[in-house]
Amino acid sequence: MGKTTAEKIFETHLVNEPFPGTKVLRLDAVLCHEITTPIAIDDLIRRDKDRVFDPTKIKAVIDHVTPSKDSKTATQAKILRDWARRHNIRDFFDVGANGVCHALFPEKGFIRPGYTVIMGDSHTCTHGAFGAFAAGIGTTDLEVGILKGVCAFRQPKTIRFNVNGQLPTGVYAKDVILHIIGKIGVNGATDRVMEFHGSTIDAMTMESRMTLCNMAIEAGGTSGICMPDMTTVEFLWPFIQDEFASKEVALADYSQWKADADADYDQVIEIDVTTLQPVVTFGYKPDQTKFVVDMPDSPIDQVYLGSCTNGRLEDLRIAARILKGRKLAPNVRGILSPATPKIQQEAMHEGLIDIFMEAGFCVTNPTCGACLGMSNGVLAEGEVCASTTNRNFMGRMGKGGMVHLMSPATAAASAIEGKIADPRKYL
Amino acid sequence: MKTFGGPVLFLDRSDINTDEIIPAKYLTEITKEDLKPYILEDLKLPGFDAKGPKTRNARVILSRANFGCGSSREHAPWVFEVNGITAVIAESFARIFRQNMFNCGMAAIELPKADLDQIFSHAGDEDASMSIDIQAGTMTMNGGGKQKTFSFEISPFDKALVTAGGWVDYADKNY
Repeated sequence: MGKTTAEKIFETHLVNEPFPGTKVLRLDAVLCHEITTPIAIDDLIRRDKDRVFDPTKIKAVIDHVTPSKDSKTATQAKILRDWARRHNIRDFFDVGANGVCHALFPEKGFIRPGYTVIMGDSHTCTHGAFGAFAAGIGTTDLEVGILKGVCAFRQPKTIRFNVNGQLPTGVYAKDVILHIIGKIGVNGATDRVMEFHGSTIDAMTMESRMTLCNMAIEAGGTSGICMPDMTTVEFLWPFIQDEFASKEVALADYSQWKADADADYDQVIEIDVTTLQPVVTFGYKPDQTKFVVDMPDSPIDQVYLGSCTNGRLEDLRIAARILKGRKLAPNVRGILSPATPKIQQEAMHEGLIDIFMEAGFCVTNPTCGACLGMSNGVLAEGEVCASTTNRNFMGRMGKGGMVHLMSPATAAASAIEGKIADPRKYL
Repeated sequence: MKTFGGPVLFLDRSDINTDEIIPAKYLTEITKEDLKPYILEDLKLPGFDAKGPKTRNARVILSRANFGCGSSREHAPWVFEVNGITAVIAESFARIFRQNMFNCGMAAIELPKADLDQIFSHAGDEDASMSIDIQAGTMTMNGGGKQKTFSFEISPFDKALVTAGGWVDYADKNY
């Protein structure tokens, strides 16, 4: 019997199985941000165990509220900053160099096929786009990860998604994942890995694969996983060229992490994207999805473009293409938060920032900000936001506010029309 | 070992998420105790009052499927802990929330829907109370002059975490 990608990673990283069904894995990357890490740091200090298992395997960023907005967030940033300095964590990203963790860390080449990755953040599943096992965990698991370099998991089963066909115009990875979540439900993949296969995924950029894997958690998934291929190698090449004689050699090595053809799956789900349309959420759960065409006359107050889901350069390019030469609808606020400084700079060089600003958008620094209602675009009671983020829970972007999740293209079209709008007429 | 039990708070809805349990705007608090007033602040349910005596006195939460979905924030178990709630019983849990509970030495216990339905029938009883024996794998519901015992299973690892008082102490001894 063959193995899934997750099974291969579990097997090669197994430290022990202290109890039947519980596997303790060795970690390749422990990622940290300023919201969930400071309490772990404080607890380690309190226990007189202020140590790190390996400073080169720990990466840290201030991203959720940055630059700090008040003394509490400044204190959280300072705890993380002081800790990173104290332990010589060189891959620490502070104001000026910081961006949304799940965009920044892959951009730096920190994630490789076959890795085990944890972070005190539910959207850590994003990194599975590289053929890694990447799982969000809480502060206690993070604390143990920092101290010991291990994490305990139940061996997850795997659901295989065969996603096939060419994406129609105006339909993107975001629409695919919203469609999948709508199909299987918000707990359709609980304690499961979501493994993505098929011609649609093969044709996707790493950015799109990250968008896809990012929202695995919204179906309850432990990690999204895409198969490493030449697209993965090309993305990582600037970081790995000293490790491999050629891209082909790198690909051959990374291919060991591909799922076997005869692997055993919990479920196999076929998705044909050729008839897919732009998708949007309508309720307070990410599985409440509709086609955009079935949401007429849904006015909005704000458009938010950004986050670990859709704040990458590819997303900005798509939205800018639609917004070029056009304006925000009257009474609609537009906010763009590029996910990393590099993305922001490249968007500037390409003239994308000009397009957004001429359309009437406010361009903020990279931060998680409004996505979880912490800063930079929180909604007032009764307001509605067309958003490229990942979660539409009641109050998520501000108490009493409503979030509709959608692709950057749909968000851009909605910005122009002042209501949820079909991007295809602009493409 | 910690004992689990006491007055029950009935939250009769599936998919209660971490933003409802503790909104993100409070994640800037540095101590767990500071989270205390904000328990379940954004949860809207008929008859539920986040600031009311039933919430304040509760020691056990009873809910439905996919409890604790959403964010990885351990602030969700912590806000329960500082309010004296150390066990959540539900049809199913989101993975991260469930593990966070056990990692803190608290209990997230799954029961079949039929058992939950029986327990939810006590939702109107002013004296509804649950006592939980982790080692024996049983819980006893008291309310309205009736008593009924249900059995449950948690994994040996989760049981060890409850016994050890959480994952940090366990991991420090064993890894």
